[in-house]
Amino acid sequence: MFDVAVIGGGVIGATILRELTKYRLNVCLLEKEADVAMGQSRANSGIVHAGFDAPVGSLKATFNVLGNAMMEDYARELGVKFKRNGSLVVAFSEEELKTLKELKARGELNGVKKLRIISKEELFEIEPSVSKNAVGALLAPTGGIVCPYKLTVAAVGNAMDNGATLLTEFEVVKINKGENAFTITAKDGKSITAKIMINCAGIYSEEIAKAAGDNSFTVGGRKGEYILLDRECGDFVKHTLFFTPTEKGKGILVSPTVDGNIILGPTAEQVSDKNVETSVDGLKDVQEKAAKMCDKVPFGGTITSFAGTRAYCNIHDFIIEESKTVEGLINCAGIESPGLTSAPAIAKFVVEDLVSKFFEMVDNLDFDGQRKPDDFFNNLSVEEKNNIIKENPAYGKIICRCERITEGEIVRAIKTNPPATNVDAIKRRTRSGMGRCQGGFCQPQVVEIIARELNIPIEQVTKSGKGSYLLRGKTK
Amino acid sequence: MKNYDVIVIGGGPAGLAAAIRAYDLGAEVLIIEREEITGGILNQCIHNGFGLARFKESLSGPEYAARFIDEVCKRDISVMTNTTVLSLSADKKVTAINQTDGIFTLQAKAIILAMGCRERSKGALNIAGTRPAGLYSAGSAQKYVNIKGYLPGKEVVILGSGDIGLIMARRMTLEGAKVHAVCEIMPYSSGLKRNIVQCLDDFGIPLYLNHTVLKIEGNDRVTGVVIAQVDKDKKPIPGTEKHFDCDTVLFSVGLIPENELTKEAGIELCGATKGALVYQNRETTIDGIFACGNVLHVHDLVDFVSEEAEIAGAAAAKYALSGSKERSVVNTFAGDNVSYVLPQKIDKNIEGNVKLFFRVKKALEKCTVKVICGEQVLLEKKKRVVRPGEMENVILPESLVSELGGDISVVLEGKEI
Ligand SMILES: Cc1cc2nc3c(=O)[nH]c(=O)nc-3n(C[C@H](O)[C@H](O)[C@H](O)COP(=O)(O)OP(=O)(O)OC[C@H]3O[C@@H](n4cnc5c(N)ncnc54)[C@H](O)[C@@H]3O)c2cc1C
Ligand SMILES: Cc1cc2nc3c(=O)[nH]c(=O)nc-3n(C[C@H](O)[C@H](O)[C@H](O)COP(=O)(O)OP(=O)(O)OC[C@H]3O[C@@H](n4cnc5c(N)ncnc54)[C@H](O)[C@@H]3O)c2cc1C
Repeated sequence: MFDVAVIGGGVIGATILRELTKYRLNVCLLEKEADVAMGQSRANSGIVHAGFDAPVGSLKATFNVLGNAMMEDYARELGVKFKRNGSLVVAFSEEELKTLKELKARGELNGVKKLRIISKEELFEIEPSVSKNAVGALLAPTGGIVCPYKLTVAAVGNAMDNGATLLTEFEVVKINKGENAFTITAKDGKSITAKIMINCAGIYSEEIAKAAGDNSFTVGGRKGEYILLDRECGDFVKHTLFFTPTEKGKGILVSPTVDGNIILGPTAEQVSDKNVETSVDGLKDVQEKAAKMCDKVPFGGTITSFAGTRAYCNIHDFIIEESKTVEGLINCAGIESPGLTSAPAIAKFVVEDLVSKFFEMVDNLDFDGQRKPDDFFNNLSVEEKNNIIKENPAYGKIICRCERITEGEIVRAIKTNPPATNVDAIKRRTRSGMGRCQGGFCQPQVVEIIARELNIPIEQVTKSGKGSYLLRGKTK
Repeated sequence: MKNYDVIVIGGGPAGLAAAIRAYDLGAEVLIIEREEITGGILNQCIHNGFGLARFKESLSGPEYAARFIDEVCKRDISVMTNTTVLSLSADKKVTAINQTDGIFTLQAKAIILAMGCRERSKGALNIAGTRPAGLYSAGSAQKYVNIKGYLPGKEVVILGSGDIGLIMARRMTLEGAKVHAVCEIMPYSSGLKRNIVQCLDDFGIPLYLNHTVLKIEGNDRVTGVVIAQVDKDKKPIPGTEKHFDCDTVLFSVGLIPENELTKEAGIELCGATKGALVYQNRETTIDGIFACGNVLHVHDLVDFVSEEAEIAGAAAAKYALSGSKERSVVNTFAGDNVSYVLPQKIDKNIEGNVKLFFRVKKALEKCTVKVICGEQVLLEKKKRVVRPGEMENVILPESLVSELGGDISVVLEGKEI
């Protein structure tokens, strides 16, 4: 029996899981997919928001500002890249300049520091690519960028290193509340028991709450589409550029990613079926808006496009509380943007203020919060690399040409917590297949390495878990 | 740091032929190749049709490569396989990595770039829909089938009609897969005519010209695609959608020269070819660094790759052994109907004829190629048909080269097909 079962391996579940391992609790994470970070925490903008956007007094505002302040140390401990590149909200009319003043005032009430409205001259100086139609901007130096799925993977990995259990391909379909514990059953019939349960199922958090008997909220989906540009375009912009929000919405953003690509998006489309398809119109919309923000967007450098679905909650704020109807159920539901930014702060609150009511919280003295970065090899000196290659020649063999990822790093991703068991999981940890050729050259080799390391037939290797088989048998 | 006269980066057909030539002219040569064996992309091209021009026989890719590998073995050319070049500097230092020596740096007097090309990825196309398993570049499917012995899928739609896509349509069919369609956005195929006949027509595989893909379907594995006809502006025409059930989509949407090292060294690239700007001896804008084969411009016939590589090999050996001479330069330009001309620069002080390679923008028949200098027509040549998928050339004799009074253009006149 587990003390705590966390349902959902997104950034919220991941950071809560890690926080729990600071105490002597027996904890597990249940995730329906073959890897963690497969929901909203995979396909989002990766912005660590400054916190001027959320309504004053909301949970969103509180956790955003706290999370923003925590993120730098948090990411460093987990070996995940974070950069405080600063955000700019760009105004294109006098009207919008007024909105900037409101945003600044709101931000200051929320506790955001260093906010400043800058002239167009200063704007063009710090961001020469911005369209000459701009008239000014709100500069938020505390805004930052982080890779959302790497943060999630690293938090789960570190939690596992500290004793947590991860069960993947465990799609929770039934929850029975017994005398002292929940029995949580997966689609394939497997089940586990836990004293308390934390619902972090993202856009499916309504379903999980309902399965446990809590019908107090609904969560829908709203799709966002993105275009990603090659690292070659990497210095096109330095800050995260937002449009000034208007009645019609927030528009898209243009931002560098922490890995040096440029990200354009997201659109905002209400969807009924929580799908993550990109659409012709959506991608066109992204291109048109990006072209409004900046002159000469290097669309020629497009390497991929993708979509994510935002949780969209009827309460319009985070739900982070013990269920009013089901004892022992903690809901972290409807965590829409700025959920990524808020995650470290939410996790701390959930464990210290909510979980603590159920257990005597004894420190886990063995807890070690440090995690070796997945890209540690890349950051070594030539001499250090050569020492590693001498010990393990697999680090001398380049598999992914574009991103220069070695066999050693790929094998390590398979053997390190949380283990990567499919091609996309390896891609998220190592960037292998994420470059210009998008895996055209290295995928066959990665597939072979996975089959060899997991000791499975090559036909059973998948792109991203169940059903996504890559090969249909041997040739004649 | 070990020194060589000439270091060749890439051991495909270009690198092999360049190395042989440089060695025969007296240079000490090293070939660096990242794969286990040399031969380049030819190793996965097990179909016939290589060497028709050069050897007057139809060889398979590996057979064609073997002829050059044998010649390399007969000579005292050093070959490092399983070794990837990581960086190249303008002063000709090459840094590479392998499993036995780790990361190391070598110094050369001359460098030959022969890294080949890569396929354009599907990502660049911004196709709508999901991102399931079952989407492959034609080249990676070729590698799975021909090298690894696995079939990527059984119900196939191919996007793009480049040669590799055409070849794979036939290959997958022979392996028992059903190829439902080849879909090409342009009004013509970018592949060789003979491949359309031998790989599609002979197997009854329909080729949809002026068609693009609208959407990819499927969550875990591809389940279908929707294609539609496009208008003159390449916009889909509503009502022309066709749906195919399939488990695999192959992309054959063009090749791009692999020039990351070239850029890093500070060599100037040509926007049209995506390869280095070169003189007729295939020397780049950095003295002593040469380029040949697909890294320079995408070739459709390997025979021309070998020919070009020999030019670069000879010039690299000459540079390594006796340094450079003063130049007298004119530029070449792509005129009407021509998308690029290579070499982009002619050095009048270099002896010999200059073969001007070029590609046309659209298919033309009954045409005339003209090389012009200002108002003056230097040369005229008739061609029956020209197509964008097939590289053309015209020879500028030495007598004309040394007399060139200014920049020249290649233009094409003819009837649109
Ligand atoms: C397009 C977009 C852009 C965004 N941009 C930003 C941004 O720039 N900055 C920012 O701070 N925030 C941003 N956000 C918000 C942020 O991504 C989310 O708030 C955050 O990722 C939510 O994490 P989560 O763990 O709650 O949900 P998720 O990441 O969705 O995780 C939920 C997990 O639960 C699993 N699950 C679901 N049902 C079950 C079940 N039955 N059994 C087992 N497991 C289950 C899912 O597979 C998934 O892994 C953005 C969101 C989107 C969609
Ligand atoms: C997938 C694919 C399939 C093709 N199929 C056909 C076909 O069926 N018929 C046809 O006529 N033509 C085909 N072509 C065209 C064919 O590539 C050329 O005719 C010819 O092979 C080009 O020769 P090359 O030596 O320039 O390049 P390649 O054959 O590509 O050789 C380049 C070599 O350089 C090596 N290399 C690259 N970078 C480095 C580095 N940094 N360090 C070390 N080594 C490096 C590569 O591993 C490779 O071996 C195909 C091309 C591709 C990409």
